[in-house]
Amino acid sequence: MLKSSAVLGALLVQATLLAAPVVVVAQQTAAAPAAAAPAATAETPSAAAPAEGGEHEVVHWNHWEPGNEINNTGSLQRGARNFVAYCSGCHSLKYSRYSRMGKDLQIADAQLDEFLVTPGDNKNGYMLTTLNAADGEAWFGKTPPDLSLITRSKGADYVFQFMKTFYADPNTATGVNNLALPGTAMPHVLAELQGVNAGVFREVEVPASGDQPASKKVEFLRFEGHVAGKLSAAEYDDFVRDLVNFLDYVGEPAKAQRVSLGVWVVLFLLAFSGIAYLLKAEYWKDVK
Amino acid sequence: MAAVEEKIPAAKAGGFRAWLNRRMPIDAFVAEQLTGYYAPKNFNIWYYFGSLAMLVLVMQILTGIFLTMHYKPSEIGAFDSVEFIMREVEWGWLIRYLHSTGASFFFIVVYLHMFRAFLYGSYRAPRELLWLLGMALYLALMAEAFMGYVLPWGNMSYWGAQVIVNLFGTIPVIGPGLVEWIRGDYGIADSTLNRFFALHVIAVPFAIALLVLLHLVALRQTGSNNPDGIEIKANLGKDGKPVDGIPFHPYYTVKDIVGVGLFLAIFCAVVFFAPTFGGLFLEKPNFEPANPLSTPDHIAPVWYFTPYYAMLRAVPDQQLGALVMLFSVVVFFFVPWLDRSPVKSIRYKGILSRIALGTFVVTFIALSYLGLQPVDPIYTVLAQVFTVLYFAFFLLMPIYTRFEKTRPVPQRVSYHA
Repeated sequence: MLKSSAVLGALLVQATLLAAPVVVVAQQTAAAPAAAAPAATAETPSAAAPAEGGEHEVVHWNHWEPGNEINNTGSLQRGARNFVAYCSGCHSLKYSRYSRMGKDLQIADAQLDEFLVTPGDNKNGYMLTTLNAADGEAWFGKTPPDLSLITRSKGADYVFQFMKTFYADPNTATGVNNLALPGTAMPHVLAELQGVNAGVFREVEVPASGDQPASKKVEFLRFEGHVAGKLSAAEYDDFVRDLVNFLDYVGEPAKAQRVSLGVWVVLFLLAFSGIAYLLKAEYWKDVK
Repeated sequence: MAAVEEKIPAAKAGGFRAWLNRRMPIDAFVAEQLTGYYAPKNFNIWYYFGSLAMLVLVMQILTGIFLTMHYKPSEIGAFDSVEFIMREVEWGWLIRYLHSTGASFFFIVVYLHMFRAFLYGSYRAPRELLWLLGMALYLALMAEAFMGYVLPWGNMSYWGAQVIVNLFGTIPVIGPGLVEWIRGDYGIADSTLNRFFALHVIAVPFAIALLVLLHLVALRQTGSNNPDGIEIKANLGKDGKPVDGIPFHPYYTVKDIVGVGLFLAIFCAVVFFAPTFGGLFLEKPNFEPANPLSTPDHIAPVWYFTPYYAMLRAVPDQQLGALVMLFSVVVFFFVPWLDRSPVKSIRYKGILSRIALGTFVVTFIALSYLGLQPVDPIYTVLAQVFTVLYFAFFLLMPIYTRFEKTRPVPQRVSYHA
C-alpha cells in the first residue's frame, strides 16, 4: 500500500496537491463515528438534522450530463488534445487509428504528427499507450482499461460523472476516491486542473424492513473545495465535456455520418412510400 | 437439320420466353401463384406483416453474408472483429446495424403477424397446419436470434448464453451431460461460439427457409383468411373466381410496396438514429468483451425473450420455472384446438374474447417489461400474477369462446373502397 502510494506520488505531480486535504480529512474522520465509510468530512446525524431547512442541499451528481455534441469538431479536437495530454499515458484506444481520427476531426497531418502521435509511433497505427500492462498491474493493482468503448458500455454520462466526482480519501492508495466508481484504482489525474475536493457525507439511519435489520448508511451531500486547481469549475466542466465528447466519438466513429446520412435515407423512403401509395391507389381504383 | 425442325414446329415459335417455358413452367407458376392467386380484397394493416417478415428475412441473410466475410468466430477474435466491422470495413457499421436492428424488427413483425392471427382466427380450420408451421418458424427464429446474440462475444452474450444453456441442465438425468454436449466444453467457450456460428449461419437459416416455403405452400392451399374470418372460396362468381377475391398480383404486390416503404422508413429511423434503442436492441454490457470473471450487474436477455424470462423467474423452483417457460411457448401450438368459438374473427366474437385478448396483450407487454428489470420482490409478485393471466388466456379459451354471445357473420366481406 505504502509502496504503491510512493510510486504514484513520484509518478504524478499531484502528490503535493493531495497532502493538504488528506490531513484535514484525517482529522475530521477521527472525530466522525463512521470511519469505515468513504471517509471525508463526515457529519454526525445530529449535525445533519437541520437538513429540512435546506442548509444541506444534496448534490445529485448521478444526474449530471455532459451535453456534448458529436458534431462540434472544435470540441472533439480539444478532447483529443486533452486525452493525449492526460489519459493516453495509461489508457489505450486500441480500435482507433491516429490517421482516422485526424481525418474525422479535421486535424492536419503535420499537427497530428507534432502534437498527438506518440513519438516513435506510426500515425497509421492504433492509439496505444506506452504503459506496459505488467507495470500498470504493479503500480495500480489493475491494468488501466482500454477506453475505446467506455462511452458505449457505461455511457457518456458516466464518464462525465467519473471525471467530476473524485474526492480526497486518505484510506486509499491514491489518496482519492470516486463517487461514480467507489474504490477506483485510478488516481485523480486531473487534480492539477480541477483541484481536490473533499466530500461531505452524512450518516442516515436505514429503518428495518423485511428481513433486513436496521442499519446505517453513508450518504453523499456535497463537495467542498480544499485545494484549488488551475481551472475554474466552469472551465473544468468544459475540459471534461470535450474529453467525454472525444471518447463518445471514439466509441462510434461513424456516429456523425450515420445521423447525417439517416436524414436523407428516411426522407427518401417517405417520398418513395408516397409515390408507391399513388401507384397503389391507381391500381385499386377498380376494386369495388 | 431442316427435317428435324419440321418435325417439331413449335421449336422456334415464341422466342426465348417460350423456349424457357417449355423447360421450366415460369409463366404457369406466376399465373398460379401470383396473378391467379385470389386473396380477399378486405385485408387491413395487419396483413402487411407476413410479407414484411419475408423482407426482414431476406435482409438478414444479405447483411449476414457480408458480416461473415469479416467476422471471426473465435474467443480471441470475435469481439475485435465486430469492432473492426464497425470501424474499418467500408459501410461495415451500416451492415452491422441493419443486421442487429433487423433481429429486433424480425420479432416485432412476427409478434404483430401472430397477433393478427389471434385477432381474426387465422389459425382456425382449415388453417391449423399453417399455424403450426408458423409456430415452428417462430421457434427456429428464437434459436437463430439466441445464437446470433452470442456471436459478438460481449459480456452479455457470454452470460446470456450461460443462463439459457444452463436451462437445459434442469432436465432430469440427462441435463448436466446435455449441457456439456451443447457447449462442447465445461463452460461457455470457444467451442460453443464456433458451433453457434455454424448453426446461426447455415443450419438454422436453412431450416427457416424450408419452413417459410412450407408455410407459403400451406397458405396457397387454404387461401388467406381475412378480417371478417369468412371463406371467400364459399362465394364464387360465374367465372369460378371468388367474388370477394382479387388477384394477389398486381393488387397486393403494389399495396405491399407501400407497406415496405413505410416499414423501411421506421426501420431506418432506428438504424440511423437509435441503433442501440436505448440499450434495448444492443445492450450496454455487450460493449465489453466476454469476461467469465465479471458478471454484468443484472443479466437480462434481449427484449424479445423477456416475457418468457419473466415467467422463468416468477417460479421459485428453477426446474419448475424452466418447465413453465417451455410450456408458455408450447401452448401456442394448441391454440387452433383451444378456440371453440363458432366464429373466427374478433369482429363477431363476444365481449369475453375481446377482454381476454386485450388482457393478453397487456400481459405480454407487462411480462416483457418485468423480464428486463432486476430481481425485486414486488416485480416477482407482479410477474407471478401476469404468468397466471398468461396461461389463463390459453387454458380458459375453450370456455370463454364457447359460452359467449357471438354476432352474426356476414355473407360477404366488408369492404369500403
